[in-house]
Amino acid sequence: MTDQQSKSVITKKEYYTPETPDNQLVLESGDVLQNLTIAYETYGTLSEKKDNAILITHAFSGDSHVAGFYEDDHAREKPGWWEFMVGPGKGIDTDKYFVICSNILGSCCGSTGPSSVNPATGEPYGLSFPMVTIGDMVKGQKKLVDHLGIKQLHAVIGGSVGGMQVLEWTVRYPEMIRAAIPIATTMRHSALAIAFNEVARQSIMADPNWNKGNYYNGKKPDLGLAIARMIGHVTYLSDEAMRRKFGRKLQGKEKFSFGFDVDFQVESYLHYQGSKFVQRFDANSLLYITKAADYFDLVDREQFTLQDLEEKSRGLIKFLVISFSSDWLYPTYQAKELVKALKRTGQNVSFCEFVADCGHDAFLIRDDRFSNILRGFIDGISR
Amino acid sequence: MVSPDKSSIRFDLRIIAESIEPGSRVLDLGCGNGDLLAWLQANKKIVGSGIEQDEQKAATCIAKGLSVIQGDLNEEVDEYPDHSFDYVILSQTLQQVFEPARLLKSLARVGKRVIVSFPNFSHFTIRMTLLFTGLAPKNDQLPYSWYDSPNIRVITLKDFKKFARNVGYSIVKETAINTNADNSSGSVVNFMTNLRANYGVFVIEKKR
Repeated sequence: MTDQQSKSVITKKEYYTPETPDNQLVLESGDVLQNLTIAYETYGTLSEKKDNAILITHAFSGDSHVAGFYEDDHAREKPGWWEFMVGPGKGIDTDKYFVICSNILGSCCGSTGPSSVNPATGEPYGLSFPMVTIGDMVKGQKKLVDHLGIKQLHAVIGGSVGGMQVLEWTVRYPEMIRAAIPIATTMRHSALAIAFNEVARQSIMADPNWNKGNYYNGKKPDLGLAIARMIGHVTYLSDEAMRRKFGRKLQGKEKFSFGFDVDFQVESYLHYQGSKFVQRFDANSLLYITKAADYFDLVDREQFTLQDLEEKSRGLIKFLVISFSSDWLYPTYQAKELVKALKRTGQNVSFCEFVADCGHDAFLIRDDRFSNILRGFIDGISR
Repeated sequence: MVSPDKSSIRFDLRIIAESIEPGSRVLDLGCGNGDLLAWLQANKKIVGSGIEQDEQKAATCIAKGLSVIQGDLNEEVDEYPDHSFDYVILSQTLQQVFEPARLLKSLARVGKRVIVSFPNFSHFTIRMTLLFTGLAPKNDQLPYSWYDSPNIRVITLKDFKKFARNVGYSIVKETAINTNADNSSGSVVNFMTNLRANYGVFVIEKKR
C-alpha cells in the first residue's frame, strides 16, 4: 500500500478551445462569454467504451493540476493538490479510471477568467469579465467532457466549492453521471461564509493598486490579496488545529516585542500563506469565484432543482456525502441538510462524517479512512 | 464483493433474511458492518439502505458499496418519505432504544413491514441467575453489567407481543431461536419459547 501510494504520474496541462460558435457560453446572467478556453489535465487511460471517466472539480483557489508532477518539475516540488488521493493504486485509482480535472471559469490557471484577454479590446478583461456562476463553470466542464467523447461519467468528485460543482452536475446533467461525491461542502453559503468572503473581497478592493480591477499593466493589489488569503486560511483551519499547530508559541523570539511586528507563530504562518498566494493567484479571480460561491443555492432556485432530479433520475445517481467534524466553514449540519434533501427526493445516498481536527482543510490532508471510503465506493458503482 | 454463502452470516440474521422477499427495498437500522445488507444484496437482489451511528462501521459499509448513512437512527428515519421501504429491520437494537413506541411508529410510516429482533430476557438461564444468585443476569447475549450496559430496556418475547399489539401492530411472523455464543449457528425453538429461546425475531405490520 505505501509503495502504491507513493507512485506518481507525469502530467501535462492541456487547453480546450472550441471552434466558433461553440466557443461562446451563454451565462446564467444572460451575458455571453466569448473565446472560451478550458485548461485541463487527464490521468490514466480512457477505456474503449469510454465508461471509466471520473471528473474531479477543484475548490476555489485550485487548478487542473490535481495529481502528479509536470515533466519540467525535475525537483518534484509541485505535486498536484490532491496527490495523496489521486494516482496509481490510490483512493481515486488512475490505473483503473480516467481522471479529468479542469480549471474553473473565472479562475487564473489557464481557463478563461478576468485576467484573460478580452477579444473586443485586446486588453485583459478585469471587471468587464462577465459574472460566472457555479452553473456556468459546470456548463464549461460539460463542453470539455463532450469534447473528450464521454457520454457518461463514472463519478464527479469535489470538495468545498468543488463540491458545489458536483451538486450542480447532479441537477443539470443527471443522466450523464453515475455517482456524485460532494465533500466538505454545502447546498448554499451561510451568512458566516458570505461574511468571510465579503471581508476578503473588501480587503482586495481597498488596496489602492486594485484600481477597480484594472491593474494588469501595473502594480498588483498584492497586499489586499494576501490579507484575503489570510482570512481564508483562518476559515479553513479550526480552533483545535490552530491550538495544536501554533498555540501561543512565539516566532523566533523568547519575549514579546511590545510592538506590531510578528510575535506569534500563527501570525507568521498567515503572513507566509498570504505572500505565497499572491505569487500564484489573481485578485480579480478571487472576487469572481467567491461571488459565484456566495450566489450558489441548491435550495432556493427555479431551475435545475433537486425536485427535478427526483423526476428525472430517481435513485439513478449514487451519492456519497462526506463532512469533517471540525469544519466550521461548511459544518456537518449543512452536509446533513443535503443528505436530508437527497433522502426526501428518493436519491440513493450515503453519508459519513469523519472525526478530524483539521477543519475545512481536512479534505486536502492525507487520511487513509478517507482514501479507503472513496476507493470502495467508486469500485462499487455499477456501470 | 460478498460471499453468497448463507452460513457466512450470523444465525439470527439468517432468520431475518428468510423473511425478506427478493427484490424488495430494505432499510437496516444499526446495520453495523453491513453483513446483512451485503448478503441480502448478493442473494436477494434487494435495494438496501442502512443507518449506522459509528463512523468506522458506516465507512466500512460504504466502502463495501452499500448505501449507508452515518447518524442517529431516530433522527435519520424521520427524514425518509412515507412508504420508502418494503422492510425495515431493527436487529438487536430495540433493547437500546429510548422511546420504542415512537420509533416503531416512525418505522411503520417509512416501511410496510418491520422486522424486530432482540435478546429474550426471560430465558430460563436468566431467570435462574436472578433466582439463585440474586445478581443482575449476564450471559453471551447480554454480556454487560448493570452499570455499563447499553441495554436500557429489558424485554421478553411475551412483553414484546403485548407491546406490539398495544401500539397498533399485528404480528405477521414470530420466530424464537436459540443461538450459540458467537451466533454462528442455532436452532428454531417451537414450544415454551419465552422460557427456552434466547432471541426473538418478529415480523410486524401496522394494523389496517
